[in-house]
Amino acid sequence: MSEHSNGSADVVPAAGAQGGLEQQFPDPGLPAHVHRRTDIDTAAARRAERTVARLFLLSIAGTALFVVAWFLFPVNGKLSNVATSRLLMGIGLGLALFCIGIGAVYWAKKLMPDVEVVEDRHPIASTPEEREGALAVLREGGEATGFGRRKMIWASLSGALGALALPAIIPLKDLWIRDPQAKQPAALLSTTMWTGGTRIVKDPTLEPVKATDIELGAVVHVLPEGIDKVEDPLDEKAKSAVLLIRLEPSEVGPAPKGQEDWSYNGIYAYSKICTHMGCPVALYEQQTHNLLCPCHQSTFDVTQHCKVVFGPAARPLPQLAITVDADGYLVAKQGFTEPVGPSFWERG
Amino acid sequence: MSTAARAAGTVGTWADERLGIGKVAKKGLRKVFPDHWSFMLGEISLYSFIILLLSGTFLTFWYKPSTVEVLYNGSYVPLRGLQLSQAYVSTLELSFDVRGGLLMRQIHHWAALIFVAAMTVHMLRVFFTGAFRKPREINWVIGSILVLLGIIEGFAGYSLPDDLLSGTGLRIAEAIIQAIPVVGSWLAFFVFGGAFPGQDFIPRLYTIHVLLLPGIFLALITVHLILVVYHKHTQYPGPGRTNRNVVGYPLMPVYIAKAGGFFFMVFGVIALISAIATINPIWMYGAYTPTQVTAGSQPDWYMGFLDGAVRTMPNWESRFWGITIPWNILTPAVIMPGIITTLMILYPWIEAWITGDRREHHVLDRPRNAPTRTGLGVMALTFYGVLWANGGNDVIAETFHLSINAITWTARIALFVAPPIAFVITKRICLALQRRDREKVLHGRETGIVMRTPDGEFYEVHEPVSPAEAYVLTQHDTYRPLALEADVDENGVPNPKSRSQKFRARLTNFYFGDAIEPPTPREVRELEAAHSGGEH
Repeated sequence: MSEHSNGSADVVPAAGAQGGLEQQFPDPGLPAHVHRRTDIDTAAARRAERTVARLFLLSIAGTALFVVAWFLFPVNGKLSNVATSRLLMGIGLGLALFCIGIGAVYWAKKLMPDVEVVEDRHPIASTPEEREGALAVLREGGEATGFGRRKMIWASLSGALGALALPAIIPLKDLWIRDPQAKQPAALLSTTMWTGGTRIVKDPTLEPVKATDIELGAVVHVLPEGIDKVEDPLDEKAKSAVLLIRLEPSEVGPAPKGQEDWSYNGIYAYSKICTHMGCPVALYEQQTHNLLCPCHQSTFDVTQHCKVVFGPAARPLPQLAITVDADGYLVAKQGFTEPVGPSFWERG
Repeated sequence: MSTAARAAGTVGTWADERLGIGKVAKKGLRKVFPDHWSFMLGEISLYSFIILLLSGTFLTFWYKPSTVEVLYNGSYVPLRGLQLSQAYVSTLELSFDVRGGLLMRQIHHWAALIFVAAMTVHMLRVFFTGAFRKPREINWVIGSILVLLGIIEGFAGYSLPDDLLSGTGLRIAEAIIQAIPVVGSWLAFFVFGGAFPGQDFIPRLYTIHVLLLPGIFLALITVHLILVVYHKHTQYPGPGRTNRNVVGYPLMPVYIAKAGGFFFMVFGVIALISAIATINPIWMYGAYTPTQVTAGSQPDWYMGFLDGAVRTMPNWESRFWGITIPWNILTPAVIMPGIITTLMILYPWIEAWITGDRREHHVLDRPRNAPTRTGLGVMALTFYGVLWANGGNDVIAETFHLSINAITWTARIALFVAPPIAFVITKRICLALQRRDREKVLHGRETGIVMRTPDGEFYEVHEPVSPAEAYVLTQHDTYRPLALEADVDENGVPNPKSRSQKFRARLTNFYFGDAIEPPTPREVRELEAAHSGGEH
């Protein structure tokens, strides 16, 4: 083994490297070839041949099943046909393919020569002469271009190739900013449709919500009114979705400073967008008053103003200040006072 | 000569005079490949990739990469009459209104799952047998990149239908990009063409999924295979199999039949699975909307460890000087995968630096003969496994009526405790197996035959192992640790060896400190001499 090395191994005074009859068991060489039944018994070989042929014929049957299923089960609005067609076509195709495969492998194993062949390996690396030759070619080529002498050419070419990076990069700018008036990402991530007086409407019916319609313990999924009129409703929904929850005021802990009057009559409004990775916090456990995000199990306690009680979210769900308008419909008192959703560098 | 043979000869001559294929074919067709079941893992990866290209092309004929909302009027009644994105609608049509469409979708998705799984297991085989050693380090790197790209390509693919599950996955991907320090929000806006979800992302993802990444795959797979042929395949140790040869069956005819047949078998099995097992039923999830999510949302299996890492991480976030650094996202989704990937790619060089071994290796290690490497591999697998399992913490909690908090805390602790335990156990098992091999060579195999001596003493007859077995059990190298030298010699002169060399000496001690030397013929003879002295 050692004579075939291109380098040394300084941690390897191994049995293999030391060699010697005393030190290592000798390689007895390839074992003698043992004939298979099909090599010596022509009847067995013929049986194997028939098995292979049978498998290939079975493959044709599979293909036939595929074709027949294609014609017998048109997909004309019947879902049961879709299911049957998929099942039969799949089984037909699977059979057709698998039988060709297993037939070919069986053929190779039983009937093709099974004598192992030895091929020599040669060191991967080139000989020193070859290496020297390659280097000489490189050197000559380098000299022919005048790499060392013609500095002006090389400097200007480097400059030209470097400048080509600009046409490669600049058009990428328009991946987003086609509109020169566009706001910075941080500004867009920090604002939502909600402002003072925005009416609260139900998701997905978009009906306004009367404060008196919300029963104790109920959770209502809501959106800002007019969300269906904006240019990209989904972009806005990804920020503006809100949950209304009506709680027994005695169950709720003291409000953070300055947020004492953000709820109305025991109705609290919290952003539905998880502060961890932006999934909608859609599961509400009535018993524990916990909101749970199904994506990564961040758990928010609504009786503690959506403080994180478990999971990877780092911040409570932002609260939306609400009140009612003259007709008794719930409206936002003001927009969110902090960005909703997942964190980003400039969030503050 | 038959007409067919004459025609083939004419075509062959025509091609040879223009391409010189005769020279290439004469050598190439007799190319020898060794036989072992574990060498088929790479084949499964390659074949599932071909199946992905074939089935994927079929899907592109119907799928429309657009999030413009259109009225759905297809066969699936529960969604009829709704305004849905074109990507989702075209996937529904592909499933319910195109003959064979649902089957093709299922084949494509199953093949993708098997593609990444086969690559992963193939990579483990290469790791545990030391096939990554010189001269195959480049192929290890290419393979690592292929596995990583496979994960990205799979994620891109299952995000295209714009259904509720995949949209939720994209929302999470967006949050990860957004969490990157300094440029995160800008990067996210560039990727999505503005705010999430926007209208631009699905068409962009489509181009990446069907053109850019498959192109890179084709290029890398080509180089990967050329190198396999050029280096000649590694082989497991065996009588007659040395570092200077390769023993196996020739490409023509045996491997053409076996490998070709295996392609059809893989394709056939994937088709059968796709016929009976439904995966990703997007019609049940509904179209994506940022305000909805299904409980028990689970990504495809290969994203599970990442999702699990995110679920395992405590809720740490730094806020100071008007900036926010969300460690709860960066650590599990950016830093941890970055470190693991780097270590994985660099491992061949790390091990070569420790052993100082610069030789070519074409005979594979039996994993037990590299106990520390095998231990480290199992340790990494355990780390991955803990994360992967916690990716389903909600499903586990639901199924076994356990507290999700308890499961997550178990995962947090297990993530640090289980891998070292796995390392120690694996290494001990390897050393024990080595000792057993040693015993076998020295004392022979237990025959189960119990003999009684004239004195009334009982003993079991041990039969010596065959020369072939003795060779296989002893042919491997034993590495020995470098001596740990003192900082100063007896005259107070500082040791000139650099700090890195001292660190290396310590690492060789970690790797090979408890190495077990294979027995030598001399030991066997000495034992025999002792036995013939009248003792048993």
